[in-house]
Amino acid sequence: MDMKTLLGSRKISRQGLARRMLGIGTAVLLGSLAAGCDSGDKKGLTVGFSQIGSESGWRAAETKLARQGAEQRGITLKFSDAQQRQENQIKAVRSFIAQGVDAILLAPVVSSGWDEVLGEAKAANIPVILLDRQIDTPNVDLYLTAVTSDTIEEGRVAGRWLAGKVQGRDCRIVEIQGTVGASLVANRKKGFEEAIATAPNLHLVRTQSGEFTRAKGKEVMEGFLKAEAPGSICAVYSHNDDMMIGAIQAIKEAGLKPGTDILTVSIDGVPDIFKAMADGDANATVELAPDMAPRAYDILLAYRKDHAPPPKWVQTPSKLYEPDTAAAEYARRKDLY
Amino acid sequence: MGRFVTTRTLPLLATVVVFVLIYAVCAAQYPAMLGLRVMGNLLTDNAFLGILAVGMTVVVVAGGIDLSVGAVMGLTTVALARLIEGAGLPPALAFALVLALGGLFGAGVGAAIHYLKAPAFIVTLTAMFLARGCALLISTDSIPIHNAAYDTLAATALALPGGGRLTLVAGIMLLTFLAGGILLHGTRFGARVFALGGNAHFAQLMGINTGRTTILVHAFCSLMAALAGIVFSLYTRSGYALTGTGVELDAIAAVVIGGTLLTGGVGGVAGSFIGVLIQGLILTWITFDGTLSSWWTKIAIGALLFLFIAVQRLILVASARYGRSGAGPAAPNTPNQATSAPASRPSSGAAAPSAS
Repeated sequence: MDMKTLLGSRKISRQGLARRMLGIGTAVLLGSLAAGCDSGDKKGLTVGFSQIGSESGWRAAETKLARQGAEQRGITLKFSDAQQRQENQIKAVRSFIAQGVDAILLAPVVSSGWDEVLGEAKAANIPVILLDRQIDTPNVDLYLTAVTSDTIEEGRVAGRWLAGKVQGRDCRIVEIQGTVGASLVANRKKGFEEAIATAPNLHLVRTQSGEFTRAKGKEVMEGFLKAEAPGSICAVYSHNDDMMIGAIQAIKEAGLKPGTDILTVSIDGVPDIFKAMADGDANATVELAPDMAPRAYDILLAYRKDHAPPPKWVQTPSKLYEPDTAAAEYARRKDLY
Repeated sequence: MGRFVTTRTLPLLATVVVFVLIYAVCAAQYPAMLGLRVMGNLLTDNAFLGILAVGMTVVVVAGGIDLSVGAVMGLTTVALARLIEGAGLPPALAFALVLALGGLFGAGVGAAIHYLKAPAFIVTLTAMFLARGCALLISTDSIPIHNAAYDTLAATALALPGGGRLTLVAGIMLLTFLAGGILLHGTRFGARVFALGGNAHFAQLMGINTGRTTILVHAFCSLMAALAGIVFSLYTRSGYALTGTGVELDAIAAVVIGGTLLTGGVGGVAGSFIGVLIQGLILTWITFDGTLSSWWTKIAIGALLFLFIAVQRLILVASARYGRSGAGPAAPNTPNQATSAPASRPSSGAAAPSAS
């Protein structure tokens, strides 16, 4: 509860900031538009982006990079926040079509139910690029490409790092899962298990859901520490950084030293985990790159130039970061989130 | 002041004026919004909300409220997906089944409100949790519906000039509004609903079975919610348990913007239709603009709601002060005694006897 109110207030101030930035952004945009008109008929692209919402720091960063990337490339971005509702996304896509945008970026909130509206976009000859999540459709011609990470690979990268880190030593691992039922969670679990299966000295002894939140991650870790014999947990793997930050706190409260007594590896690459790594409390994170929209812009610009269709799935890299670069990475990211 | 401008019609007129103003501003800024394409989108994209608003209007006119409609809609979509995808039922049968269940669910809610003498707010809140819980129990994932008949229904549309389309779901919504209007303003049941919302005690003295009316009103509202669920599942060709979260509040907002009094007894579906369109229009405008946060929709709706509540209050105060000139002419125009009495009721004291 405490965490929720805390996050809530942080969000408000962030929104306030965002609004001011938005105002500046609009001014810049109008200015650049006017400049564009002056310098003759230099046709800039207009791209509509239907975003799921702003539920997490990662998504806010994705949005911010979408705006920055558009500005750098002289693209006019029409942005629509769906507030977690599919109907709002469908409305936004329809409005983009009615407006005659040059392309549409869609980060789908659910996997199904897009055939109708994407069919309309196709009929209007507007290419659609999926960001961050795939959709479930029998007709893959409905979209140009999907720019997402490989969520199984993320788990593998984490597992491989751990296997390399402990070398031949026996290691009992506990896992904090994300919200059960999401395909992302199944994939991050699967990839990790695949990677550690090759090393007989690694054993996954406990796994439980921390629902992607810090508070729940802490709770789950407290449970693990009580259930296992003191000093027997060698590493913790968490499906996201937020739960790991909660777990780090639980480890500290149990009188142990996270990062030394218990190794940590998690996924996402949010600023706070870099801070924890810089402080020596965490060991590794696998980044889920938030620059999906800029990648999509580049694909789009290339496609418009040579008309060669890109591959149906463009994977973003799943890069692992360790404490040596953490301080610099934190400085680079803290304004993005 | 013509004979059409009365306490009853003034809020509706105000709504229409606001709609036209907003549309004019939008069209001036983005000429593309004038086209039939955007009009068609507006009807299609808000079809489920419109259907919910019809049910909600009847409940609010009867002096109640229903917070469960969004959850019933979500439950319907996921139940449909399971029935058609999982159990292999033909869509027509699945539709009949969910409509029947929706009606029964609403009847149960109405019965609980009447017999337990519990506030509608609490009972329908309970129903909301119940329906949402059931929906999530069926499935937490979004289930796609692969069915040839479904695809045909979803793709059925009347082509409008300018690339616009009047889809089947938009047509269903328009018909629902028509049916709702007839039900509310042209039947004995409608008259009872107005009487109940105007003053439940008077209604009882007039010999109206208030229990039966309450049950029927809520059954109708949940039936509409189930129909909205069908429309939504056609719209997305899938079922998802979290569909329609918070949409009950949008429906209530549409009803209030449309000039229906939350205290009951005054209102109609025509205003709610405009209320739905106003909300859709604001969202379209914000998307066209593309730089504003879509949370501005909420702020705009909030401001509009406040404006309408203030306008309604002023009209009532004014009509109470000038007694006959405001409420008086309404009486000869209304076919039914029962509707005219509650119409002037909120002006209290002096106006109530003048209507009889």
